[in-house]
Amino acid sequence: MGMTVTEKIIARAAHRDRVQPDEILWVDVDLAMMHDSSGPRRIWPALERLEMGIWDPDRVVLVCDHYVPANTIAAAEILETTRKFANAFGIKRFHEADGIAHTLMVEKGYAQPGMMYLGSDSHTCTAGVMGCLALGVGSTDMLGIVTTGQTWLRVPHSIRVQVNGELSTGVTAKDLILTIIGDKGMDGGLYRVLEFGGSAIDTMSVQERSVLTNMCAEIGAKTGIVPSDRTTVKHLAALGVDADEGPTSDSDAVYEQVWNYDATDIEPVVARPNCHDDIIPISSLGEPAVTRAYIGSCTGAKYEDLAMAAAVLQGRHVAETVLLQIAPASREALQQAMDDGTAHALMKAGAHFLSTGCGACPGIGAGILAAGEVSISTTSRNSRGRMGSPESSLYLGSPYSVAAAAVVGKIVDPRELIGDLP
Amino acid sequence: MIEDARIEGRVWTFGDNVDTDAIVPGKYLVHDLPEIAKHVMEGIRPDLAPLIERGDIIVGGNNFGTGSSREMAPRGLQAAGVSAVIAKSFARIFFRNCINVGLAPVECAGSDVIEEGQRVSIDLARGIVTIVDTGQQLEAVPLPQEVGEILTAGGMENYLAAKFTGAHS
Repeated sequence: MGMTVTEKIIARAAHRDRVQPDEILWVDVDLAMMHDSSGPRRIWPALERLEMGIWDPDRVVLVCDHYVPANTIAAAEILETTRKFANAFGIKRFHEADGIAHTLMVEKGYAQPGMMYLGSDSHTCTAGVMGCLALGVGSTDMLGIVTTGQTWLRVPHSIRVQVNGELSTGVTAKDLILTIIGDKGMDGGLYRVLEFGGSAIDTMSVQERSVLTNMCAEIGAKTGIVPSDRTTVKHLAALGVDADEGPTSDSDAVYEQVWNYDATDIEPVVARPNCHDDIIPISSLGEPAVTRAYIGSCTGAKYEDLAMAAAVLQGRHVAETVLLQIAPASREALQQAMDDGTAHALMKAGAHFLSTGCGACPGIGAGILAAGEVSISTTSRNSRGRMGSPESSLYLGSPYSVAAAAVVGKIVDPRELIGDLP
Repeated sequence: MIEDARIEGRVWTFGDNVDTDAIVPGKYLVHDLPEIAKHVMEGIRPDLAPLIERGDIIVGGNNFGTGSSREMAPRGLQAAGVSAVIAKSFARIFFRNCINVGLAPVECAGSDVIEEGQRVSIDLARGIVTIVDTGQQLEAVPLPQEVGEILTAGGMENYLAAKFTGAHS
């Protein structure tokens, strides 16, 4: 009987020939990530009490993204603690204001095929796009990991998400994953790993694939994974990382479930306010008015997301009733958008650029919402008050859909604008 | 030891998919624990935090603690006085965070018969939740030994202290 890619990665990390779902095992960790919110401020006092150090500083990535740029003294202190920690423990892969951790893990080539990667953030699963097992944990779990290089886990059952066909113009990975979450519910993947494959995935870019793995957090899954292929290796080679293709699932691997989707059937959708599994096609929504549009977060502000927004906004202007704000997911995303004119087009259309970082998405950074404001955002969560006032309303959609809403002042099918570029 | 672990308290009930933004809204994460404890469950029941007394137990539905990885969710509940969380199922990071901070997470498929205000008693080792008011017993999932050891130690820090430095903190 064959093994899934997930079982192979766990077996190697547990020094076993094979593993079975539901076994509880201690595993070696290849790579760990913490950020300013979950990292040093939480674990440094415990490290001092325990008089323990870090098992391998070269296997730890530390990113300031939640409180960048600091807008309170308390936030500034958190950043200062994080910097001092990086210095004290010799963590070379330290980033401040370079981007959101999950974007950097992929963009810098830190996450690589076959790795056992643990990060203290729920969107750690994003890096599963590189064919590694990317598992999110909390701060004290991370304390155990950085002191010992090990953690415990239960071997998960795998669900194969088979997506064949091809996404239509104006339809994105965001629409696909929102559709899946709507079908299965926000606990539809509880304790499971979602393994993505099929012809629609084969032809998708790394950045688009990463939207699928990113939002595995929103379906309750342990993580998502795209077994590495030529696209993965090519992405790493371009970064100067010489990686093998890494493990893939055997043809006779056992899946608990198979979810079949035809990408051709997917249309632009949004999540309605307060519930990210309340999914509806935009064509049935009735064009609600919005006052705010937000392009940000590890989910929806990578270079390709900015380019999608620009495809709609090029030569148009944001409606007078709307404020469009863009917080790029990384310095690199903004740099690339500046180099090829994407950022120029967005600025000219009236977008307001914010600093790179987690920003308004977790309700911490700049750009949050007042009571009564209605926003559409490229982010991943819209629980009540997530991005500001509990009395604000937040729709989630693709970069095309957010840009289209910014132009029209209402949530409309973005294909109407993409098909009619000025 | 987990063999002796028994927890009893008064219940506050919640539905499915209670997320960490509801348990501890992101805007409070900049503050310290005593301040956070004053705002637990504010995102879903703004008036609740002052009413929670030491030993109280939270009972949720499916996927309790979904959302962000913030450990301040279980830490905040613990600091507010909560002694255990019972749910039909847990979001996995919240479950791990509970273990790591020493707050018992109890997976109990039949927990929706528990009513707010009732007292329940939890036998962690045997996996039994008893509604004290009625005597009704509900089956819960006993904690695996590997995980129970961390909870029994009082959380991950104490577990590490015992294992690697030979001293309980």
